[in-house]
Amino acid sequence: MAAVEETLQQIRSVTNERYKYGFVTDIEQETAPKGLDESTIAFISAKKEEPAWLLDWRLKAFRRWQEMPEPNWAKVSFPPIDYQDAYYYAAPKQKVAPNSLDEVDPELLRTYEKLGIPLDEQKVLAGVVAVDAVFDSVSVATTFKAKLAEAGVIFCSISEAVREHPDLVRKYLGSVVPTSDNYFAALNSAVFTDGSFVYVPPGVRCPMELSTYFRINAQNTGQFERTLIIADAGSYVSYLEGCTAPQRDENQLHAAVVELVALDDAEIKYSTVQNWYPGDENGVGGIYNFVTKRAACRGRNSKVSWTQVETGSAITWKYPSCILQGENSVGEFYSVAITNNRQQADTGTKMIHIGRNTRSRIISKGISAGRSDNTYRGLVRMLPGADNARNFTQCDSLLIGDQCGAHTVPYIESRTPTGQVEHEATTSKVSEDQLFYCRQRGIDEEEALALIVNGFCREVLQVLPMEFAVEAQKLVGISLEGSVG
Amino acid sequence: MLEIEDLRAEIDGKEILKGVSLSIGPGETHAIMGPNGSGKSTLSYVIAGRDGYEITGGSIRFLGEDLAEMEPEERARAGLFLAFQYPLEIPGVTTTTFLRTALNAHRKARGEDELDPMGFIKLVRAKTRALGIADDMLKRPVNVGFSGGEKKRNEVLQMALLEPRLAVLDETDSGLDIDALKVVADGVNALRDPQRSTLVITHYQRLLGYIVPDHVHILAGGRIVRSGGAELAEELEARGYAGVVPEAA
Repeated sequence: MAAVEETLQQIRSVTNERYKYGFVTDIEQETAPKGLDESTIAFISAKKEEPAWLLDWRLKAFRRWQEMPEPNWAKVSFPPIDYQDAYYYAAPKQKVAPNSLDEVDPELLRTYEKLGIPLDEQKVLAGVVAVDAVFDSVSVATTFKAKLAEAGVIFCSISEAVREHPDLVRKYLGSVVPTSDNYFAALNSAVFTDGSFVYVPPGVRCPMELSTYFRINAQNTGQFERTLIIADAGSYVSYLEGCTAPQRDENQLHAAVVELVALDDAEIKYSTVQNWYPGDENGVGGIYNFVTKRAACRGRNSKVSWTQVETGSAITWKYPSCILQGENSVGEFYSVAITNNRQQADTGTKMIHIGRNTRSRIISKGISAGRSDNTYRGLVRMLPGADNARNFTQCDSLLIGDQCGAHTVPYIESRTPTGQVEHEATTSKVSEDQLFYCRQRGIDEEEALALIVNGFCREVLQVLPMEFAVEAQKLVGISLEGSVG
Repeated sequence: MLEIEDLRAEIDGKEILKGVSLSIGPGETHAIMGPNGSGKSTLSYVIAGRDGYEITGGSIRFLGEDLAEMEPEERARAGLFLAFQYPLEIPGVTTTTFLRTALNAHRKARGEDELDPMGFIKLVRAKTRALGIADDMLKRPVNVGFSGGEKKRNEVLQMALLEPRLAVLDETDSGLDIDALKVVADGVNALRDPQRSTLVITHYQRLLGYIVPDHVHILAGGRIVRSGGAELAEELEARGYAGVVPEAA
């Protein structure tokens, strides 16, 4: 038994991730008064010089939120959140809105450089990725806007979209995730501060990857971003979001809403590499990541693909979903969720089949280490009329050590006699035998573990956009290793 | 090359090796034979440094270094290779990736540059051709869905690639048909040279018809009870363990 214990110790020590992004940027900031009431919302709305309809929309959401109970069905536990003990708006102080990168506070640019996100267009090789950088409550910069505009693609912060493209925003905002959808979505609708907006016009294939990089910096501040992506008929866009936060002892709330709309023959590929601060090995601090992500495949032959690599956050509560309304529409969900130490993740997807011949595919890979808990929760629903709908689900769990938990909770509801639903699930452990085999070939223990875990996630990692696949692969290694390759 | 002196080892508090002494010189091929439960596999694991196998007495030196002080990966990089009786499966990791990772770990330890994927493919293709192994195996995940014969061929391929100073073959012949046995034996024989040594651990004499040993040792009850030349294996085959070493029966 001594040997088993030793190996566990070893794994424990290598799994104590050293979080690379835990630094704080020292910058003068402007905040709303602490707490949340209608005046806070009016403050946010005024700061953003929003039209009356949007303030109204926010206030309605707020009133609904006040009547709603916090959900408690997820397999996560945390002390009650005091919603009055937080700031709902924090923005770096800046005299005027920057017109170009030269006007952005250099301290902010340095922060993104440290995070490996170059905002300087010249430094981005061949310009394959356009970036919108969101720092606490505001978008600080969006790159390659001019180049995208040539193709007719709108890529800007949601605040700017409200000003510049009000018709599009008004038409689609809340059309996929209604303000009263759930507790955290209602809260987001009331207080959302910034986020990204994308519109791809009919027949346009977006010429580069779009990416938003979210950074929480301010203390005691919630981040509530709102992302809205519309792919018009026959268009295609690939979008990636990344996130990090400083290392702090208190928990911070991140309650985002992401809405995707795909019209006829349109395709959206949405990839997430989530690396919020997960808390320390005793579970102190870390981000509460309570996020609502949903796609409406409204058009015929439309397709939405969610790919997520979740390694951060103290608690994750997240179910990127697809409403498959258009005939022949396709929804995909590829997920790697890694939990370590005291992290808790309750994540999965919902595939709602409404149209005929709709298809969905779910590949979920959960990896638990330390004393963490990792739950896959997924719903496949086929409504009457979803003739010949098909779903394939595969849920695999990998355990490292013997103090962690993996849970799979699939819900299947089929109300169409011609629907086909397949579900496969496996649970396995990284065995000492496998590790020894690798080590006998000269591969050290940390590298062996990363190799085995990457192999386990392969099906998901290979659908990530190429530019990010390597990074994600490294992140998988780092979050389990504690040493950078 | 390998000097084992009065080695005692236990697992879970139970003594399995009760004073084993063995000396393997450069270029030599030794065979250890013995009935089930005699400690053959334990000996190979102790040499390779598997967790849970506690050395309680005596010593093992490899190329002059004390193996007890080295991690399994350090022993491997120093030139010690163990062909597993039951090679492990690693789902999702292609054989190519696994082999390249292993080879680069060795190269790094020697202070050499890592091989890029293209350079590596060239090298590994030369090896598979020489061994008569189908390239298709390289694209498949390590040992997943491999037949018994394919797994053992994969072990030999790894050995050919890593070019160890000492190869320990743990019951490599178990479950092999005659064709696979020949591939394995050819691979091992191709590596034989005055600087490399081989330790074949086996229950049966069969493999020794293809890999002819210089020395044969019989392990029984945790001790080497008899040593001799290749003829000892034949004697065993004819008379059985009970006839040759009555105390082992």
